[in-house]
Formats: sequence, C-alpha cells, structure tokens
Amino acid sequence: MERMTRVTSRTVVLPQTDIDTDQIMPARFLTTTDREGLGKAAFADWRYDDDDQPLPDFPLNQPGAAEAQVLVAGNNFGCGSSREHAPWGLVDFGFRAVISTQIADIFRNNALKNGLVPVIVDADTHRWLMENPGAEVTVDVESATLILPDNRVLEFPIDGFSQHCLLEGTDQLGFLLAQDEAISRFEQDRP
Amino acid sequence: MSGRSLFEKVWHDHIVVPEGPANPAVLYIDLHLIHEVTTPQAFTLLKENGLPVRRPDLTLATMDHSTPTVPIRTLKDIDIVSAPAQAAQIRSMVENCEAFGIELHGFGSEQRGIVHVIGPEIGATQPGKTIVCGDSHSSTHGAFGALAFGIGSTEVAHVLATQCLLQRQPKTMAINIDGTLPDGVTAKDIILAIIGQIGVDGGTGHVIEFRGSTIAGLSMEQRMTICNMTIEAGARAGMMAPDDTTVEFIAGRPQAPSGAAWDAAVERWLNLPSDPDAHFDKEVHLDISRLAPMVTFGTNPGMVVPITENIPADTGSLSFRKALDYMGLEAGQPMLGTPVDIVFIGSCTNSRLPDLRAVAAMLEGRKVSDSVRMLVVPGSEKIKQQAEAEGLHEIFVAAGAEWREAGCSMCLGMNGDVVPPGKLCVSTSNRNFEGRQGVGARTVLASPETAAASAISGCIADPREHS
Repeated sequence: MERMTRVTSRTVVLPQTDIDTDQIMPARFLTTTDREGLGKAAFADWRYDDDDQPLPDFPLNQPGAAEAQVLVAGNNFGCGSSREHAPWGLVDFGFRAVISTQIADIFRNNALKNGLVPVIVDADTHRWLMENPGAEVTVDVESATLILPDNRVLEFPIDGFSQHCLLEGTDQLGFLLAQDEAISRFEQDRP
Repeated sequence: MSGRSLFEKVWHDHIVVPEGPANPAVLYIDLHLIHEVTTPQAFTLLKENGLPVRRPDLTLATMDHSTPTVPIRTLKDIDIVSAPAQAAQIRSMVENCEAFGIELHGFGSEQRGIVHVIGPEIGATQPGKTIVCGDSHSSTHGAFGALAFGIGSTEVAHVLATQCLLQRQPKTMAINIDGTLPDGVTAKDIILAIIGQIGVDGGTGHVIEFRGSTIAGLSMEQRMTICNMTIEAGARAGMMAPDDTTVEFIAGRPQAPSGAAWDAAVERWLNLPSDPDAHFDKEVHLDISRLAPMVTFGTNPGMVVPITENIPADTGSLSFRKALDYMGLEAGQPMLGTPVDIVFIGSCTNSRLPDLRAVAAMLEGRKVSDSVRMLVVPGSEKIKQQAEAEGLHEIFVAAGAEWREAGCSMCLGMNGDVVPPGKLCVSTSNRNFEGRQGVGARTVLASPETAAASAISGCIADPREHS
C-alpha cells in the first residue's frame, strides 16, 4: 500500500443514497485474478452506454473528474457485497478519499487497506458538499481532518491503527505476522 | 455488572491480543470458507510474501460463484462451457488449493455447493465458532450461534497467513421477534420486513442478535434465511442462540464431533445463549402474527412492501425516483399483477431442501406460465441428490421449469445465468440492486412460495391464494 498522508482535490459528487458495491464494481468484472486495472470498470453501468461510450451526464465523465481524488456520495456508501474490487476500482480511477454521512462496514475496512480514506461528515457539511460539486477540499490523515474551501476544519473519526498504517504505507499483515507467538499459544490452549 | 450476550461470549473466547488505543483486537478464526472469486488476489499476496497457509485444516474451499449450472463432469469441460475469464478463475482456484495444501470441494465432489450452504451441511458450521469468508453472506452461519461475517480479499490473505483478523469490537443490537408465522408467510418475509423497518443501514456497526418466541420455533433452514440477509440491513453479523434445534441439525454430520467430544461440545454450545440480563446497545421489536408475504419494489432490499399493498407514494427523493424508473414501476401502483418474465429459485438465501419442497408443493399438477422462464438451482450437490431422491425435480420439469446444477447462478449472474436487460425477475435471492442479475435486469425479491405462485400466474401473485 502507498503512503496516504494528505490529499487536496476537487470533489466529484454522486448524490444517490445507498450506493452498493454492485454499482461501484458490477459482478461481471470480478472474474479478474488481479487487483490492478479496475478503474475503467468503476460504475460501469452508470458510466457507459450500451456501446461502451461514456455518458456525458455522469459525474465521473465530466471535465476535471479524471483528475479528481475525492468522491462525495449519498448516505450509506458501499453497502452490499464484500468485494474488494470496489475500492480497487476507485483507487485505480484515482480516488484517495470518499466522503459520506455513513459508509458501510465491510467497504470501510477494505478501503482502509488500499489507501482510500473513508471520511464521515455531519449532515450539514454533507449537504453543502453535495450542492457544490467540484469544490476544492483537503483530507489530512495525520490530523484526521477535512478542510473545506472556506478554511473550516472538521475532524472525522478514524481508527488509530488504520491511520498509522495509512501514514506509514504499511500493510496490516505485518502486524499480524508479528503476533505469531501469541497465536501459537492461543492455538495450544484451545479445547 | 450486566450479563454477557451471545456475541460477547463468542468474541471474548477468540481474543488472541486484546484491543487497545493503538491496535484493534487480534481475533482468532475457527473456520475460513473460501471460493474462487475473492481468493486469487489473496493467494497472490501470500506468494509475493513467501507465506504458507497457516491452517489448511481450518480452511474449507469450494467453487460456486462463477461455476456453470449445466453439468460438468471434469475440470476439462469448463473450457467448453464457460467464458475464458470464468474458466481461468476456476482453474486458478484448483491450482492455488493444490499449491497451498487446501482440500477443495470442487467438481466431482459430493460436498461442492454454495459456500454458505455446504458449511452447515457438512457440520463445519458450529455454535461458538468464528467464521469468515470473502463473501458478505457469511452472516448465514450466525443462525448456529457462530460469529460469522464477510471480509475483503486482503483480509482473506490475513486469515490464510495467520488464521487471525484485526477487528474493533462492534456494538450489539437485539431484534426481538414474537408471534406465530401466518400460513403462506415465511422466514424470508420476516427478514424483508425487518430490513424494511430498520433500513439498509439500520444495522451498520452492529452485530444483531435475533431473539424471541418466533425464532425459537423456526427450523435451522428458516433461521439461516434470516441471518443470511442480516448484511442487507448493513449489520456486521447476525446471530441466534443455539438450542435443541441447532444441536439436532448438527448431530451426525460429517464434521460434527463424536463420542465424548460431542457431549462436551453440546454442553459448551448450550451455555452460549445471552444471559438474561445481557445489555444491547439497541433494541428493536417486531410482531409477525399479521405479517403478509413481502416483495421488493425498488433497487435495494429495504424498498419492500407487503404483497397486498401498493408501492409507497413518491417521497421526492432522487434515489426513490431513480429506483422506480429503473424498475419500470410507478409510485402508488400495486405490486400484485405486475408481469413477470423470469423466476429464479436459488441462492444462499433460499436454495435448501425445504425451499425446494415448498416450490414443488406449489408447482405440483400446475404449469409455469408460458410467458415465464423459471430456473431452479439447488444450493449444493447434496441438496440436488436429496431433491431428486424425493422426485422434486420431476415436478419442476413437468411444470416447465429448468432444473440446474448447484451454484450461485442467477443471484449475481457471474456464471452466464443472467436476466436480460429490462426483464423482470422474481427471485428468492438476497439483492435487488441495479444490474445485480445482469445489466439492466429488474429484480423483485420474494419467498420461494411467492416466486412459485408468480411463476404459475405469469405475474406477481399472492402465494396464499395458490396453496
């Protein structure tokens, strides 16, 4: 995982609530055995027409979206399937943070393991972000804050361990492997 | 100090390293279920780091998601039957299991099937276990009093390498369900009603315990249907207290303990239910004595109504309008009588023997409407055998339905079994998301009984009028 310390970017806004991981990454793209290259498939059913041409009205196809690194989405983003292909696709597209009022548990876990920062904001801030697509915001991992264009600084919740892993760019597997002795002891003590 | 809940007992029994401000808990995993779709990248991670699988003996492998539902005799057939990408994924599963010393219940195995169907079927799913799988419907196993939840592929690699996961302790929610199920109303209708009540994010951050007199009276298959869809309410997991019904179900299965170990296990299991004074962070109550069969009208499982009621009036919300537009339905319109193109009986929610028996009882002596294509896909090879021994397949075929090989099939349309664009499918599966069953496919979630009644009628129909 690459280090993720701070990102400043325009936002792309997807206003729908309950965007599920089947929308983020439709099942037909899950046949891949790789992690890379899924950016093209992100939101495929909303993004392309029947001839695989980009739909101009879809926010990810609009000017500037290709460079955007912060996604703002309706409440309960990432619900449904546990497919990690969803955050893989978003990261491959270029996103480094996703902002919503609620983010589904499994998606949040998967996102954090791929350098994609889940940012939970209050309803008022969320409404403002929804109404102002393209606003330039900063997500700062070290201080766990979101900085809005008017320089307001909002804290967002993040697990300290995940924050550490993002800042260092370390995989959590290393921590688990270092627990080998404790795991062996636990296994020996089992009934 | 209050007593401990079922969840808390199982959680604390599996703590290898307690959580602190700087680290989540290291949680030991007793059973790791793996399948072909979410493991290739996990095995790659192991290979990149030169790591072995720590406990192949606690790893249960099968193939279900991208497998065809037409007969496959040997692995060679896959290249003729499946598209190259699916075939490659299946081959990669076979190679990875061989390379890492994991027994694979693949083609030719009598124990192959949908991962959440075979775990309980072979007795690997047991009360008090921690069970994970790279599949969100892992919540199914909670019906046995196990703590079971879905994980991503990176976490699959963590479990393969260390048999552990890093987890923060979730909150708890009790859903108390009382009342006797009315005729023609099923466990599927209970869980759809719950999701309608608490919403698709109602359980986020929580492990739900389903309790109450209704649950105590349900079979294990019915309990699995309810726990299976816990994830559709956003919950981390769903659990139910183990009782005599649980113990009877497990007894004699291939991986069930035997002899003195069985007695010890049963004693341990029956001590797992929540203490009477256990605390829950949230509580919800539901009386199901007047519950009707439920059907979804929108594009998530929370957009659901009793079959006799109309679609709600327009709320003005963008997502509501977008959902109805996608479904080709109007606000305020009745669901009953809506024309149906396809009926799918299957998935980890409703593909077990009692589900198939209920469908057969409805179809016996009747015909599937000429305008409907109906697929019946058993959850496992074993269920297929049992259904055929009872002659259920003959009833399906005589009625005009297709009787297929076991797998996930049309629940997510990864294997070529898809609903064409714009067609409406009444499905016993768990997700009515846009495009879930195929690009442009429209899904109405329902019980096996409602699906069968709709197949006969050619439109959405009330099973209570067809029994």
